[in-house]
Amino acid sequence: MSLAATNSVAVPEKRSWRSVGLVFGCTLLGAPAQVLMKTGAKGLENLGHLGVLAVLTNIPLMAGFVLYGLSALLLVMALKDGELSLLYPVIALTYVWVAILSWLIIHEQINSWKGLGIGLIVAGVAVLGRGSRR
Amino acid sequence: MKTPVSHMLLVLFASFIGSFGAVFLKSGAEQLRKGWLYLFNWRLALGAGLFVLSSVFYIMGLRPPAELSVLYPMVALGYIWTLLWSCLFFKERFTREKFIGLFLILAGVFCVGMGSR
Repeated sequence: MSLAATNSVAVPEKRSWRSVGLVFGCTLLGAPAQVLMKTGAKGLENLGHLGVLAVLTNIPLMAGFVLYGLSALLLVMALKDGELSLLYPVIALTYVWVAILSWLIIHEQINSWKGLGIGLIVAGVAVLGRGSRR
Repeated sequence: MKTPVSHMLLVLFASFIGSFGAVFLKSGAEQLRKGWLYLFNWRLALGAGLFVLSSVFYIMGLRPPAELSVLYPMVALGYIWTLLWSCLFFKERFTREKFIGLFLILAGVFCVGMGSR
């Protein structure tokens, strides 16, 4: 089964580095999108039914959807030239931004497990990024 | 351990179809090399659809009484599936940096799950 049309061609160094940057941007937009959607979803909890109007006029939810769409677009732009095996794990950076945003906005504390996890994810992305420059 | 097995299966299934979402997104994205008009192709649409479907299963699986510390490592399995498919379908090379980077990220996701109890 061959899903790749032209992929086995080696990706030029600069392009690969650009793809990592695009996924980095994708996570920067994806994290606030998640926080906004969670905030927006809370506003819907009190409704007995899911009204279309209630969803459409829910500004945090709509803003979250828009940011999510934009972040998906960045991911697609990155995948156009970059390797999936390199770029997909980088999306884990979203966990880092979500933890930081939750700490800043809803004052959710970053305990030692989360702190350790954030450190490991950042280190892992750094290793992947270094490898992509070769 | 009070995480129901049904929730584990939901998360496992979500990680599995999510990894196929990534595969179709990648193969659809390659169509864009021919021009931006190719943004609307069935591979990208299927990839996005599989992602949405997988998040529905994630949300169902991660609901209480599920423990995130148990389920997050299973969420991380999605990274391993995706790595397998990248090598299998796109003939991507499995380098030492990818191995170490992925290992650190998996350990990190596990720790974030432990801290989310």
